[in-house]
Amino acid sequence: MSTIEERVKKIVAEQLGVKEEEIQNSSSFVEDLGADSLDTVELVMALEEEFETEIPDEEAEKITTVQEAVDYVNAHQ
Amino acid sequence: MSRRRVVVTGMGLVTPLANNLEDSWKGILAGQSGMAPIENFDVTGFSTHFAAQVKGFNVEDYMSKKDARKMDTFIQYGMAAAIQAIENSGLETTEQNADRIGAAIGSGIGGLPMIEHNHDALNKGGPRKVSPFFVPGSIINMISGNLAIRYGFKGPNIAITTACTTGTHNIGYSARTIAYGDADVMICGGAECASTPLGVAGFGAARALSTRNDDPKAASRPWDKDRDGFVLGDGAGVLVLEEYEHAKARGATIYAELTGFGMSDDAHHMTLPPADGSGAAASMRNAIKDSGLNPEQINYINAHGTSTPAGDVAESKAVEAIMGAAAKQVAVSSTKSMIGHLLGAAGAVEAVFCVLAIRDQVAPPTINLDNLDENCTLDYVPHEARQMEIKHTLSNSFGFGGTNGSLIFSKV
Repeated sequence: MSTIEERVKKIVAEQLGVKEEEIQNSSSFVEDLGADSLDTVELVMALEEEFETEIPDEEAEKITTVQEAVDYVNAHQ
Repeated sequence: MSRRRVVVTGMGLVTPLANNLEDSWKGILAGQSGMAPIENFDVTGFSTHFAAQVKGFNVEDYMSKKDARKMDTFIQYGMAAAIQAIENSGLETTEQNADRIGAAIGSGIGGLPMIEHNHDALNKGGPRKVSPFFVPGSIINMISGNLAIRYGFKGPNIAITTACTTGTHNIGYSARTIAYGDADVMICGGAECASTPLGVAGFGAARALSTRNDDPKAASRPWDKDRDGFVLGDGAGVLVLEEYEHAKARGATIYAELTGFGMSDDAHHMTLPPADGSGAAASMRNAIKDSGLNPEQINYINAHGTSTPAGDVAESKAVEAIMGAAAKQVAVSSTKSMIGHLLGAAGAVEAVFCVLAIRDQVAPPTINLDNLDENCTLDYVPHEARQMEIKHTLSNSFGFGGTNGSLIFSKV
């Protein structure tokens, strides 16, 4: 069973077209991984799908790095 | 003042026969059929079970997987054909010429697969399940838009949508844009991917499609007595049009000159032409007038020739009307007998075939023409391609709404 961190990184890699080994916990989706505003919306949708949760827009706006995504999922499992 | 001349300096194709220019053309000259049973969805309950789909297309030959996910299939096909055409032309974008290069690539229908997928998602999961890329990934002007982003083309950027005349109108508009002086180079054509559940159901409901499910390769048979409708085709065709002196100055290969463009409307019925083909005749007449040629100088016509009962006869009558006694001398064929009807891409793919017919001095065949309809009296180049002298070609497209367009390409 993969950890939450591994699952988040896998989704980020797939959605943003980057290699998993290039993704750090501190990586910013926009600044480090080349995402634009539409990419981040779709990324949040993919996270919702993977973790079977709903991330409200005001919460989604605060998720800008891999670590923030992992923390959000951990807090809402 | 004489008009600025417009020439073809690049071409690209994605067709049901092959995913590049030369292999598609080889398939056409060999009389191959691109029809096959539909396998990407369950056709149970559909009146038509086959189409002329693109096979083995690898989008990653042209862009990253990440970019491809944001473009519906017709955009991917259009981008592929455009990238091929631009590479074929050797055109380089610079700070000096970027403002003078434009794009005009349309689609008849646009992103049906994404529309269907996102509508399903909406119904099942609500509005939050609709992708942020649904709109920019499915609207019709996004081949032109994405091309401009990729290459830095800052000139006119447009996508005309006129059903099955889309490709022809985009090319004709582009020629006028260059002739008028708004641009020096236009990347133009059309793309389509409508062989989806909604597309096949919709055209089936309109009774437009062949239902020859037991023999798909014989289903598209223009001017044959036993024709029963068209076959949906997917793919894209793109040309690089360029002002003649501009092309010469950079040492580009000039394949042909676009000498004529004409348009008209039937003003008759949503889907059917008038029996006498008067709208089609007006379109051809306007194109011939634009070119300054006499009708009998046209050597080859790539007909709209969709294999529908009414359309094939009307177009034949239109050719007779404009050419008179010379109608017996012109070679007329329908490449739709091999690749089906690519709707918004049809006119563009067929324009490419007209240019290649001039380059190689050969008229493509009409396959499956076993028993000629007695109401169709022209020389339809049955079964086999024909080596012949070709100086001037004419390509016809007619669309729902009665919209017609004709292009003339000439040997330089």
